[in-house]
Amino acid sequence: MKQASALATPLPLRLLLIFAALGFIGVFIVLPLMVLFGEALSKGVGAYVSALMDENARAAIKLTLLVAAIAVPCNMVFGLAASWAITKFDFAGKRLLITLIDLPFSVSPVISGLIYVLLFGADSALSGFFDRHDIQILFAVPGLVIATVFVTFPFVARELIPLMEEQGTEAEEAAVMLGAGGWQTFWRVTLPNIKWGLLYGVLLCNARAMGEFGAVSVVSGHISGLTMTIPLHVELLYNEYNFAAAFAVASILTLLALLTLLLKSIIEHYFPGEVKRI
Amino acid sequence: MKKARPFRRTSVIPGFGFTLGFTLLYLFLIVLVPLSGLFLRASMMPWHNFLATVTSPRVLAAYRVSFGISFLAALVNMVFGLIVAWVLVRYRLPMKKLIDALIDLPFALPTAVAGIALSTLYSPRGWLGQLLAPLHIQLAFNPAGIAIALIFVGLPFVVRTVEPVLQDMDREVEEAAAGLGATRWQIFTRIILPHIMPALLTGFAMAFARGLGEYGSVIFIAGNVPMVSEIVPLVIITRLEQYDYAGATAIAATMLTASFLMLLAINLLQRLGRERPAPV
Repeated sequence: MKQASALATPLPLRLLLIFAALGFIGVFIVLPLMVLFGEALSKGVGAYVSALMDENARAAIKLTLLVAAIAVPCNMVFGLAASWAITKFDFAGKRLLITLIDLPFSVSPVISGLIYVLLFGADSALSGFFDRHDIQILFAVPGLVIATVFVTFPFVARELIPLMEEQGTEAEEAAVMLGAGGWQTFWRVTLPNIKWGLLYGVLLCNARAMGEFGAVSVVSGHISGLTMTIPLHVELLYNEYNFAAAFAVASILTLLALLTLLLKSIIEHYFPGEVKRI
Repeated sequence: MKKARPFRRTSVIPGFGFTLGFTLLYLFLIVLVPLSGLFLRASMMPWHNFLATVTSPRVLAAYRVSFGISFLAALVNMVFGLIVAWVLVRYRLPMKKLIDALIDLPFALPTAVAGIALSTLYSPRGWLGQLLAPLHIQLAFNPAGIAIALIFVGLPFVVRTVEPVLQDMDREVEEAAAGLGATRWQIFTRIILPHIMPALLTGFAMAFARGLGEYGSVIFIAGNVPMVSEIVPLVIITRLEQYDYAGATAIAATMLTASFLMLLAINLLQRLGRERPAPV
């Protein structure tokens, strides 16, 4: 990649720009990452393991897995249905629908929790119904799940819509003309084409579902051992000045984030164009 | 054959009614109904109560902190995001793939985890805080800490919006300009900058909007001093903890309105970016 000499940046300026870029990434991304692992292991491997084996930590891990196991498949099915409707058909109001699907991204996590407190809270219209049937939504697992679904709502759809838009509808039309049914067309024709994009969308959705803090914090009620997810447990430990344990539990989520990025890089490398950049 | 419904073009592909129906139902139940519930609640408040809540000194101070620092952080991200995108697209670097992958970390790392890492890093006893302490600079537990957290969460937006535009730019235009005697600075300000401006502004607006709502990464490093370093989301949480649902709702409604205006601006900017003809 030889550049025309007239366009080449003079060396001092080029070095300055590279230094600024790397310095920025170093201070804001690499150093925090190093702090995360350094602090997690600051009291030794024994303390690290016992922080993870602690009863409340284990309960938090279990709860987080449960919430993600419900929320992520819900949003995956929604993402597939929405992108099928939006990309395989032409109908009025499509742009508006895409904007509405993106809506949860522009809502503050705290407000995402608040809307469900208002909907299911003690003085809401729905609370009487749920009280009569002895169903607890807020400060219980259903509230955590629904807040998580809201926060991670657009991820799969956003990943799939541009990908499926690019792939067009010819393959599906051909399959249907040749006699394939709707499900058959989806499984045999569409899914193989979008599987990597779908996988990344699901992974990102999962990373965010497991790491959600603000929305979950509002609806959780912070009941130790019952409604504390991993991020809430990290906050509790940190506020109790139990730093090494806080970072040890946080390292689970850090590793999950790094794994997500690694898989993204791998998919991007082998299947360029199947993962959206933003 | 059945006559096509007027609002859509016919297609042989099945599943339109099922998938669109499911999409709309899910969207209404999860997103639209709860969100309208909040606005409904806010609109049922007596007007003077609403106004008194959202203009109380502590809330106004929080608006100033949230909007001011989000704007500042987005500005820093715009400048450095452009430099990072430029370096990644135009220069050869070792470990470029790794650096590029790390840019997305703020998207994948939970905000609370980022919050405790940043506050530990910048606290007076942390790695960076220690270096700054002798200079009497403290960047944690005050408004500067909020800026640091918001720069972190907004970091990928400008890089990711500008990178593809810079990548697709036709170098021949720059070469022609150079051939006609334009200086490097002229090429940058007259050709490159106008071309990437929509993407740059989109990234800025996205980072700004993200910063407005951010909670998890901020509260650990902000110090949370009322009137000084208290962000709006924290004020909402505080009201909720005091069972002041009406107050929380009123403040949330104003913030949501601001967020939706930002979303509108981002959509317009993106449309501008798509429609922009190649610069010649």
